[in-house]
Amino acid sequence: MKDEVESRDDRVANLKGMGCSRKRVEDARFTQGKGNYVDDIKLDGMLFGDFVRSPYAHARVVSINTEEALKVPGVLAVLTAADLEPLGLHWMPTLAGDKQMVLADGKVLFQGQEVAFVVAEDRYAAADGIELVEVEYDELPVIVDPFESLKSDVVLREDLDPKADGAHGPRKHHNHIFTWDAGDKEPTEQVLAEADVVATESMYYHRTHPCPLETCGCVASMDKVNGKLTLWGTFQAPHAIRTVVSLISGIEEHNIRVISPDIGGGFGNKVGAYPGYVCSVVASIVTGKPVKWIEDRMDNLMTTAFARDYHMTGKIAATKDGKITGLHCHVTADHGGFDACADPTKFPAGFMNICTGSYDIPTAYLEVDGVYTNKAPGGVSYRCSFRVTEAVYFIERMIEVLAIELNMDATELRRINFIKKEQFPYKAALGWEYDSGDYHTAWDKALKTVDYEGLRAEQAQRVEDFKAGKTRTLMGIGLSFFTEIVGAGPVKNCDILGLGMFDSCEIRIHPTGSAIARLGTISQGQGHATTFAQILASEIGLPADSITIEEGDTDTAPYGLGTYGSRSTPVAGAATAMAGRKIRAKAQMIAAYLLEVHDNDVEFDVDRFVVKGAPERFKTMKEIAFAAYNQAIPGIEPGLEAVSYYDPPNMTYPFGAYVCVMDIDVDTGVPEIRRFYALDDCGTRINPMIIEGQVHGGLTEALAVALGQEIAYDDMGNVKTGTLMDFFLPTAWEVPNYETDFTVTPSPHHPIGAKGVGESPHVGGVPCFSNAVQDAFRPFGNRHTNMPHDHWRIWQTANKLGLHG
Amino acid sequence: MIPAAFEYYRPSDLAGVIELLEEHGDDARVMAGGHSLIPMMKLRMADVPHLIDLQGISGLSDITIDTESIRIGALVTQTNIICHEDLAAAAPILRETALQIADPQVRNMGTVGGNVANGDPGNDMPGLMQCLNASFTLIGPDGERNVAARDFYEAAYMTAREDDEVLTAVTIPLPEGGYAYEKQKRKIGDYATAAAAVQITKIGETCASASIAMTNLSDIPVFSEAASTALVGTSVDDAALKAAVGAMLGDIDPTEDNRGPVAFKKHVAGVILRRAILRAWSRA
Ligand SMILES: Cc1cc2nc3c(=O)[nH]c(=O)nc-3n(C[C@H](O)[C@H](O)[C@H](O)COP(=O)(O)OP(=O)(O)OC[C@H]3O[C@@H](n4cnc5c(N)ncnc54)[C@H](O)[C@@H]3O)c2cc1C
Repeated sequence: MKDEVESRDDRVANLKGMGCSRKRVEDARFTQGKGNYVDDIKLDGMLFGDFVRSPYAHARVVSINTEEALKVPGVLAVLTAADLEPLGLHWMPTLAGDKQMVLADGKVLFQGQEVAFVVAEDRYAAADGIELVEVEYDELPVIVDPFESLKSDVVLREDLDPKADGAHGPRKHHNHIFTWDAGDKEPTEQVLAEADVVATESMYYHRTHPCPLETCGCVASMDKVNGKLTLWGTFQAPHAIRTVVSLISGIEEHNIRVISPDIGGGFGNKVGAYPGYVCSVVASIVTGKPVKWIEDRMDNLMTTAFARDYHMTGKIAATKDGKITGLHCHVTADHGGFDACADPTKFPAGFMNICTGSYDIPTAYLEVDGVYTNKAPGGVSYRCSFRVTEAVYFIERMIEVLAIELNMDATELRRINFIKKEQFPYKAALGWEYDSGDYHTAWDKALKTVDYEGLRAEQAQRVEDFKAGKTRTLMGIGLSFFTEIVGAGPVKNCDILGLGMFDSCEIRIHPTGSAIARLGTISQGQGHATTFAQILASEIGLPADSITIEEGDTDTAPYGLGTYGSRSTPVAGAATAMAGRKIRAKAQMIAAYLLEVHDNDVEFDVDRFVVKGAPERFKTMKEIAFAAYNQAIPGIEPGLEAVSYYDPPNMTYPFGAYVCVMDIDVDTGVPEIRRFYALDDCGTRINPMIIEGQVHGGLTEALAVALGQEIAYDDMGNVKTGTLMDFFLPTAWEVPNYETDFTVTPSPHHPIGAKGVGESPHVGGVPCFSNAVQDAFRPFGNRHTNMPHDHWRIWQTANKLGLHG
Repeated sequence: MIPAAFEYYRPSDLAGVIELLEEHGDDARVMAGGHSLIPMMKLRMADVPHLIDLQGISGLSDITIDTESIRIGALVTQTNIICHEDLAAAAPILRETALQIADPQVRNMGTVGGNVANGDPGNDMPGLMQCLNASFTLIGPDGERNVAARDFYEAAYMTAREDDEVLTAVTIPLPEGGYAYEKQKRKIGDYATAAAAVQITKIGETCASASIAMTNLSDIPVFSEAASTALVGTSVDDAALKAAVGAMLGDIDPTEDNRGPVAFKKHVAGVILRRAILRAWSRA
C-alpha cells in the first residue's frame, strides 16, 4: 500500500496544511478573467439604476422635475424622496446609530449626495436620463471645517432636535454628534502637571478613501411570485446586510437571500449600507424586474465611505530619562453630513483607545468629539481595525516628538517604554487587555537587520554634506513599532446594530474523504479559500486540496459578521479550527469502533487515528469518512458534519517593527524610498506566502496614504480629488522593494495561536513612511508636519526651514 | 462616466474626413487614439455628436527621416516613437519625452497628432515641439498649409487649426547637439508639475545655440526665447544657468492646482530647467 511507504513528513506535506506556502486556489480564475463580480451578473430583463447627485455641498432642494428625463427612450422611472417616503425608506439607519437620507429630503449635505434614482433599461439611458432631471437648489452656507462647525449658527442637521441626546450621549452643539472618552481624566491631568517633560503636538490625519479597484454595487431581484428578494452585492458583511434589509424593508429574513460574489477589494469601503442598495431594492419591487446599480470611480471616491479625517492633539509626559508617565489625547473627528461610521456600537471612535500603543503608559485619557460638516459620510477603517491606524499614527508621532523634546534617540525611547514580555497579558490604561507580545525581541531584530547605527552615521554625514553644499538630498530614517487590536470581537463588548461579533464555520465531510466548509466571513482578495482549507487540513487530516471553502451566500453559509478589521482569521479561523475539532472528536469514536479498541486508545496522527503503541494499526481520515456514511455504529449518528459559532474571549494583538530609509530631494520635494523593512508578528503563520502578499499590499496602501492619497475639499465643499488623476493610487512604478521578516508569538487564547495580518502593514506603515519624511528634516528643526507628504508639502517644509537659500 | 450619444464614422480617406467636418462644423470632432478625447466625452465635458475615427486612413502612420528633417505622421503612436531605432538615433529627445508620457497602455494608443492637436497645456509633445521648432501640416477644404508649432497654440484647447482641418504630420528639423526632456510628476500617468525640453549645441566649451521650452506652466506650451539666448555664448556656468532660469520664469505663468501653489511650481520649474540644461550640456 502507498501509505506504508509514505513517510510521516510526506503525509504532512500532502495535506498542505498550516505553515506551508500553498498557492492561492482563487488565482486560477482571477488571473484568467474568470472571476464573477457583481457587475458580471446579468439577469433576464435586468434594469439599471443610477443617481442624480448634488453639485452643491449644502443646499435646499427646492424642486425636482423629472418630466424631461422620463421622455428619454429606455428610462422607466425616476425615484425621489417623495416616492420613498410612503414606504418609510427616504431615510435609513446608519451603523453608527444615526440616520442618513437615502434620497435628498428637502436638502443636501454634501457634494455628490444622492438626489434622485433614475431607473432605465440600460446604463446609457440612465445616464442620459440623469442629465435631464431638473433640480432647483437654493445654496446654503457651506462648512468644511469641524472646528468652525462647532461655532457656527448654521444648523446642518435640521432633522435632529438640537437639545436631544444622540446615539452616544449628550450633544454640545447642533453640529456636534457625540463626545466619547476613555481612561482617567483628572489623574492624567495631574501627571501632566507634575511631569519632568511634556511634549505637545497637534496633528491632522487627513481624509482619504479605501478606493478598492472594484467600486460598490448591487443587483436586487424581487421575485413577486414567491416573495423572495435576492440581493447580490459587494458586501463585506452579507449576513448583517440581510438583517438590515429585513429590518428596514419589513421583508422577513427567510425571504431574503444576500450573496456576495467575488469582491475586488474592500478595505472597509464595502462594510456600510448605501442608498444605492435601498434604491435598487425599491426599484426592483416597483418594476418587478432585477435592478443593477454600480458606482463609477467618481461616485465611489466622492460618496461612499471615506476614512480618517481626525484632528488629534496629544500631550505626552515623561521623566527626564525617558520613562513615559502619562498620555492625553483629544480628537475632533469630522464625520461629514451623517454619522455613518462603521464601528462596534459601543465604540463611536472605534478602537482609538488603543492609542497608548506598544508602551507601558500607566495613566492616560482619550476624548473624541464627533462633528457634522458638509462632507460625505463614512469614517470606515481603511485597511485597519476600527480607527487603529489613527491611534498608531498618533502614538508613533508623539513618541518621535517626545524623543526630540528629550533629545533622545527614538529607538531607545521606545525600548525603555515597551510593554515587557513578562507583563502579558497586559492591561492598558485605556482599557484593553493585550493578549501577548515580545516587543523587545522584534525591535532588536529589526534594528540589527537594517544596521540602525550605520544608518544614523550615514545620515549624520549626509547632513554635513548638505550643510557644506555637496548634496541637495536629505536622508530620513522612519521608525515605527505598532500593536494592532484585531478580531472583533468578544460579544460581551462588540456588536454591530445589536448583532454580536462572533463568527462561524460549518463543515461537511463527504463519504469519499473530501469536504466543504462554509463560513460567515467573505474574502475580498485575502485568499480565504486557500488559508481556511489549510487550517482544516491540519485539524482534520484531509488534504487542503480536497476541501472547498465557500462564503458569501446567506442561504447556505452560517451566520457571521463578515470580513473587516482583520477579524476573519481571529474569529472565523478559530471557528474553523473548533468545528474541525468536533469532526475529529467524532472521527476518533468511529476509528476506535473500526479498530475495535476503546476511544481513548487511539490518537490522531496527521491524517489518521492510530492505536496507541501499535502504529501499524490505524484508520485514515478518508477511511473514517467513508465509514461515517456506510456503517451502523452503535451510539453514533451517521454522517460527519460539524458547526461552530465562535465568540472569542479576547481580541488578538499582532505587532511589528518597521524601518524605512528615504532620500528626499529638498529642491523638488520628491521622496525616494531606498529601503523598507517590515517585521510582522501575527502569531502562528498559516500561509507565509499569503502573509507576504498581504504585507506588500498593506504597505503599498500605507505609502499611498502617507505620501499623497487624499480626499480634499475646497471651501465650497467641492471634492478636488474625485478622479484617479488627482487621487493617488500607487502602481508598480511608485512602489519600492519591501523586505519582510517575522517573529512568532502565538495568541494564547486563539485555538491555533493565529492573529490577523492583513491590516498590520497599513497600520504600521503609515507612521513609518511619515516618520521618515519628518526625520529627514529633524536636524533642521522640524518637529511635525501633516500628511500627506506629497511633493509640494515636502517642498513647503524645506522652504519653511529655510533650506532653499 | 458614460458619454452622451454620438454618431460614429470611420472614413477611409482624408477627403471623407473633411467632407464630414464641413458638414457638421463644430458638432464633429476627429479622433486619433482617443485617450484625451474619450475621457472628456465620458465626463460629458466634451459634447461630440459626430465622432470621426481617423484610424481607417492610411498614410498617416509613417516616420520618415531625411538629411534635413524628420516627418512623423499624425497617427504615429507614442509607442511607435519609443520603438523606432532610427528615430531615436536622429532625435533622441523624442524617445526620452515619449517614455515620460503616461503609461505603456496609454502610449500604445495615444498619437503624436492627437497629442499636439489637443491643445491641453498638460500634454508633453507641444512643449517638445516648441523646443524642436517643429511645424504642423494641416489639410482642410482649402488644401494644405503648414503652421509653426511656436505659432500654433493660442490658449488652453484653442489652436490655429480650423474646425474643418485635420493635422496630418509633424515636421521637425533634424536636431543637433545635446538634449534633455526633464519632467516632474506626482506619479505614473500624471501630467507635469513642471517639465523642460532643451536642445543645446556647443563649439569648444561655449554654447553655440540653445532652445528651451516648458510644459504645463501656462495655458499654452512656453517657448522661452529669452532663456535660450541667455545660454548662447556662455560656458553654461552657474551665472548662465541663473540667467536662463530667470528668463524662463519671466515667460511662464503657472496656476495653482492639486500639484501645488504657484510659488512651488515656479521653484520646481527653475530646478527642472537647470537639470535639463545640465543634462543636455553634458550630452552636447
Ligand atoms: C491616464 C492618462 C495619462 C496621460 N498622461 C499624459 C502625459 O503624461 N503626457 C501627455 O502628453 N499626455 C498624456 N495623456 C494623453 C495621451 O498622451 C493622449 O493619448 C494624447 O494627448 C492624445 O492623443 P490621442 O491620439 O489619444 O488623441 P485623441 O484623444 O483622439 O484626440 C485628442 C484631441 O485632438 C484632436 N485630434 C486628434 N488627432 C487629430 C488630428 N490628426 N487632427 C486634428 N485634430 C486631432 C481630437 O479631435 C481631440 O480634440 C494621458 C492620457 C491618459 C488617459
